[in-house]
Amino acid sequence: MDRVRLLEKLGAVLAPASLITAGPALKPYETDGLTAIREIPGVVALPENLTQLAQVVAVCRELSVPLVPRGAGTGLSGGARPLRDGVLIGLAKLNRILRVDPDNRVAVVEPGVRNLAISEAAAPYGLYYAPDPSSQIACSIGGNVAENSGGVHCLKYGLTVHNVVGLKVLTSAGEELCLGGATLDAPGFDLLALLNGSEGMLGIVTQVTVRLLPEPPCKQVLLAAFPRVESAADAVAAVITAGIIPAGLEMMDRLAVSAAEQYVHAGYPLDAAAILLCELDGGDAEVAARCVQVEQLMRRAGASDVRIAKDAAERERMWLGRKAAFPAIGRIAPDYYCMDGTIPRARLAEVLSAIDRLSAEFELRVANVFHAGDGNLHPLILYDANIADERRRAEAFGGRILELCVGVGGSITGEHGVGVEKLDQMCVQFGADELDQMHRLKAAFDPECLLNPGKAVPTLARCAELGGMHVHAGNLPHPELERF
Amino acid sequence: MSGALDLADRLQHAVQEAYAAERPLRIAGSGSKRFLGSSPAGELLSTAQHVGVIDYRPEELVVTARAGTALKDLARILAEQRQMLPFEPPEYLGGGTLGGAVAAGFSGPGRPWYGALRDAVLGIEMLNGYGQRLRFGGQVMKNVAGYDVSRLLCGSFGTLGVILGVSVRTRPQPEHECTLTFEMERQAALDRVVELGRSALPISATCQVDGRLSLRLSGSTPDLDDAVRTLGGEPGDSALWNAVRDHSVSHFDASESGGSLWRISVPFAAPYPPLDGTWLTEWAGALRWLRTTEATTRVREAVRSIDGYAIRFDSEADAFMPLDAHLLRYHQRIKTAFDPKGILNPGRMY
Repeated sequence: MDRVRLLEKLGAVLAPASLITAGPALKPYETDGLTAIREIPGVVALPENLTQLAQVVAVCRELSVPLVPRGAGTGLSGGARPLRDGVLIGLAKLNRILRVDPDNRVAVVEPGVRNLAISEAAAPYGLYYAPDPSSQIACSIGGNVAENSGGVHCLKYGLTVHNVVGLKVLTSAGEELCLGGATLDAPGFDLLALLNGSEGMLGIVTQVTVRLLPEPPCKQVLLAAFPRVESAADAVAAVITAGIIPAGLEMMDRLAVSAAEQYVHAGYPLDAAAILLCELDGGDAEVAARCVQVEQLMRRAGASDVRIAKDAAERERMWLGRKAAFPAIGRIAPDYYCMDGTIPRARLAEVLSAIDRLSAEFELRVANVFHAGDGNLHPLILYDANIADERRRAEAFGGRILELCVGVGGSITGEHGVGVEKLDQMCVQFGADELDQMHRLKAAFDPECLLNPGKAVPTLARCAELGGMHVHAGNLPHPELERF
Repeated sequence: MSGALDLADRLQHAVQEAYAAERPLRIAGSGSKRFLGSSPAGELLSTAQHVGVIDYRPEELVVTARAGTALKDLARILAEQRQMLPFEPPEYLGGGTLGGAVAAGFSGPGRPWYGALRDAVLGIEMLNGYGQRLRFGGQVMKNVAGYDVSRLLCGSFGTLGVILGVSVRTRPQPEHECTLTFEMERQAALDRVVELGRSALPISATCQVDGRLSLRLSGSTPDLDDAVRTLGGEPGDSALWNAVRDHSVSHFDASESGGSLWRISVPFAAPYPPLDGTWLTEWAGALRWLRTTEATTRVREAVRSIDGYAIRFDSEADAFMPLDAHLLRYHQRIKTAFDPKGILNPGRMY
């Protein structure tokens, strides 16, 4: 990289305050939400408008400098991990809400707009934006699109991909692609679906049109305590089998409950092996009838106690413990490592006992917080980075959990993305032909591999190396590859 | 259903041979959407005999079936568990297979409320143009590992791959359903459904045609009763919804109405463009079927001016809306990434 020319050219495009080239100001950009992985970026560019963004991309293209797009930096898989020899493009300044259109039930926003700000802007019309990742106060919609972010209401309302109807995307060649709009489908291939969750590898999101939904007239929350984790898992299956799709259905195990309770005093029962939080929404009569039905199903599955929130304040309090679960765990251990596997719901009890066994094997505690309704596990592995070997063990433990998820027919990531964190597990989930197909798809958009290189899809050479990979009973994921 | 039959090896062999010989293939399921878009040259590769439900777990809300499985058979199997395909795929000419529905990507009357076909697709097994057998996605609700190739294939009309099998999300059938109708002209009806779209009433389909607006309500009894009291109107025939979905109402019958049929996708509240002809409007305003004798270029221009797009639905030539030059270039590169020799349904879309 010709750093002098790069800085000169970027300096001609950006105001001095929008270009960070050295010193402690680079520090906040060395990591995203996956803080174990750090790298000081070569340069940070913070364009103030789309023209500047396009110019920065053009400079990088001309000088063949790789670039890493970054939203709010809350991602949990290292997708925005910078490159020492690259440009980190922060999109936070592109934060205008361009239009809220209540009749067409869409909002058109720039990529740096915060997730929660969209719902706030739509609230006067009785509308909201459904996906609510736990970082929704801070995370930006551009990053949500790149990661296809989820949240606690995915089972009923879907992930980001289900709630975005239009995108504008800037490719590394400097071309703007307009995908979809305010319509419910679009001509050509479904590039809108492809771009969601593409982790900044195919294009930079420059504008997002999201679908807005009417606020449901009624919401209710139930809290059920179970003496056995298996019974809680059975209750989840019973609710779904009865034809009920809750707005949210969350499980926490004993360690997660006790940490949350100490932290926010949500009134959770400390003697339970697991609790379930079930949110129902819809018409008044339907919600009332469903509440009765869900309570019965939970009790029949073995719940020792079921509470229905009496008012909005109690509802908030019940959710508070769940929403504070991650920071609460942060209080009981110096470090934790958050995993994000998905599994078929029916395998829940089995997977949780396997995680217990791994916990003993690796001698590390684990707290389970779980989007039970859609089979998305978030085991939090507790460790102390200051104790020799614990971080390495935590990572190895995490890798084994993800492989366990793949083994029961699930996925290595439900909503956090692959980033740099789960590249090795991609080799477990996909074969060489699938990975090859993904690389060809990447090349169709970004032939020179300037955009976020090295993320999301591992090279076949990496998969061939055994380094970070766990081999089950001597079965290599890619026996056809040569190994070194 | 004619039992279950796994022809994946045979289909893979056929694609591998076609790749080696650079011989184009024309992929077909039941042929129920043959009338739409150009007919590619090439040898027929039929998935119609590759049938059977591979896995169905009602408690997981997921079904996996081979591409040739008839939509009717699948619907019946799901109905036994009081479930349904959320995207209500059309059964044109009384037919249709799961693979064909996914390849065409069309969603039925519930689209604005239940989501699109591609929203419900969780995983796909496919053959690319090299004849490689690939799996993307899976059988779980949330999965963001790697590019979302499964959903990219939805609506690609077989130009990126031969679909072998699909995992889709199912949905519990609504407890109750009823239909209300109102005498209402199209602009008044549009204003009404746009207004209703902002409410949380349990509406699950709308249709305005021939001076009449019909609404489908789905949900639990007390809420439906409340909604009926709020909305008024007269009880309607619930057979309307499948008839609209499958194009068996007279608006879609060319011999009766003449002209050509356009499928026009627009923002909910977009005004009706000044085009002569008759309209049938679904999806709370967002999908409009125009029967007209207006010229193709005029229809496309008028629709573009209201931020919509149009497919000419009864025509082989020039059915799909032309793409901007640079967007088209990306389509061609993606096509090459999957099918370097251009043997899969060449010319079917672009």
